[in-house]
Amino acid sequence: MSPSEIYSMLRQLWPHLVLEAKLEAIDPWIEILPDGLVQVCRSLKEEPSLAFDFLHLISVVDYFQPDPKLAAKTAWEPHLEVVYHLSSTAKGHRLVLKTRLPRWVEQAEDRLPEIDSVAHLWPTALWHEREVFDLSGVRFKGHPDLRRILCPDDWVGHPLRKDYVMPIEYHGIRAQ
Amino acid sequence: MNSPSNGAIEYDVGTDQWVLNMGPQHPSTHGVLRLTLRTDGELVTECAAHIGYLHRSAEKIGENLTPRQFIPFTDRLDYLAGMNMNLGLTLAVEKLAGFTPSEKTRHLRVLAVELCRIASHLVAACSTGLDLGSFTPFMWSFREREKIQLLFEELCGARLTYSYITPGGVTADVPEGWLDRCEAFLDQFEPVIDELHALLTSNRIFIQRMAGIGVLSAEDAIAYGCTGPVLRGSGVARDLRRHGEPIYRGMYDDYRFEIIAPVNGCYPQDHDYPPVPPQAVVGDSWHRFYVRMLEVVQSIGLVRQAIAKYRQSSGSVDPPWQVKQKLPPGEAYLETEAPKGQMGFFIVSDGSAVPWRLRIRSSSFSNLSVVEKLCRGVLLADVAAIVASLDIVLGEIDR
Repeated sequence: MSPSEIYSMLRQLWPHLVLEAKLEAIDPWIEILPDGLVQVCRSLKEEPSLAFDFLHLISVVDYFQPDPKLAAKTAWEPHLEVVYHLSSTAKGHRLVLKTRLPRWVEQAEDRLPEIDSVAHLWPTALWHEREVFDLSGVRFKGHPDLRRILCPDDWVGHPLRKDYVMPIEYHGIRAQ
Repeated sequence: MNSPSNGAIEYDVGTDQWVLNMGPQHPSTHGVLRLTLRTDGELVTECAAHIGYLHRSAEKIGENLTPRQFIPFTDRLDYLAGMNMNLGLTLAVEKLAGFTPSEKTRHLRVLAVELCRIASHLVAACSTGLDLGSFTPFMWSFREREKIQLLFEELCGARLTYSYITPGGVTADVPEGWLDRCEAFLDQFEPVIDELHALLTSNRIFIQRMAGIGVLSAEDAIAYGCTGPVLRGSGVARDLRRHGEPIYRGMYDDYRFEIIAPVNGCYPQDHDYPPVPPQAVVGDSWHRFYVRMLEVVQSIGLVRQAIAKYRQSSGSVDPPWQVKQKLPPGEAYLETEAPKGQMGFFIVSDGSAVPWRLRIRSSSFSNLSVVEKLCRGVLLADVAAIVASLDIVLGEIDR
């Protein structure tokens, strides 16, 4: 199926969850509401004509400009973008699914934004979501074992956030 | 000697559950992987993998350097296949920029990555033997790999961290007479494969340790995102060199090779390599090993074709871009078929020379995530066989 067919099919199935799409991009993408992630993903995986059985990658892009001068020029409001790269081994088609999250819940700098886990649909998300949680600071609801995976368990902060500040020392190891 | 209590003693011994720590410094974990194993006697009832010992924030570094500057860091992802890592980032950048290099550059890139694939598969296949206690094939394969490294050293000055394939082209054309030396190496190397087959593939002990161990079904392989020889060993004939995106698949359009996978239990080609032993089940450690051994032969063919095509093509080899070349705004994701599996680079660009975000999909990361499932209920000694057959590189997992 072509990206536009996939888009119109999703629009039909979940008219209130599917937002916009950019089908002429290098990798065509579809944006959905974060609350509907699991419903849309289940359709993508289980609908026979879609059959997206392969989750390649979950990434989070942090849209935040720490420099106030440059921030005034940016076109976007600060937010996080969670990106899912999917494909179907049987059908051979690809899709990029995006959803937006706030950087922090209620602007409180210790409450991580939350989104539903898709690990029960694609077990490969078990580790990918742990990595995203660890490095980008997004909490996945329903993940069976959401711990840090690359950083040590007692690490503070999420390094791939744009406003992350490198600690000066860690257990007596000087970093600068 | 045959007293009735003899048997009783064996079964009366209480075997408590025991948590065994394997790694991070353990020769058969292929780097700094730590596994914690809950064992009941010789049986592993639970396995948990702990990674991150080699985490160097590659993605954060990628947000602060231009792609051309980041190329040396890709060498350090899968350090056994630096060329393939270079190519992964290069093609992702070129996809974003809509750039197509010259024919001559394309053939030279195929040559380099396939030669590197041979080197990587040699390490993978023969360190499996080392993990199971067979030392000779490891030394023999390292002897051959050394010759590939010498060729690469002549080509780009480095033995492991090549930084050879870069956005725009390659850093240098081949030196005088290099292609002849490359062909001479292949001629000399081909018979060695049969020796390795004799030492490992058809070795009775090796078969007993590998066949039927760690069986991964095709469904599980896809669900866990396993790719490369791990996926193909489970009988799924999927290789991005044929099934990938046009920009990558196009590199191999005029090349002939077989996708090695035991589809319906049969390998695709007629070959005189050792037959599949009766104990082997599709998806087990032995098949993953065998897929790599046969892929080496395919890669030899590809290198030969690349040499011929390079000689025929006219024009010149493309030079690399400027270090601070600006990227067009946009996003591009591209996966390539690295020796370990599908390696992906996701670039988000805001129009400056430095990507806004550089995300790396590591093939070994997903391949390793299945280890917790595979090691449940196996014997302790089989853990080494399973980990070896997954062929992981921690530099790529931890990034």
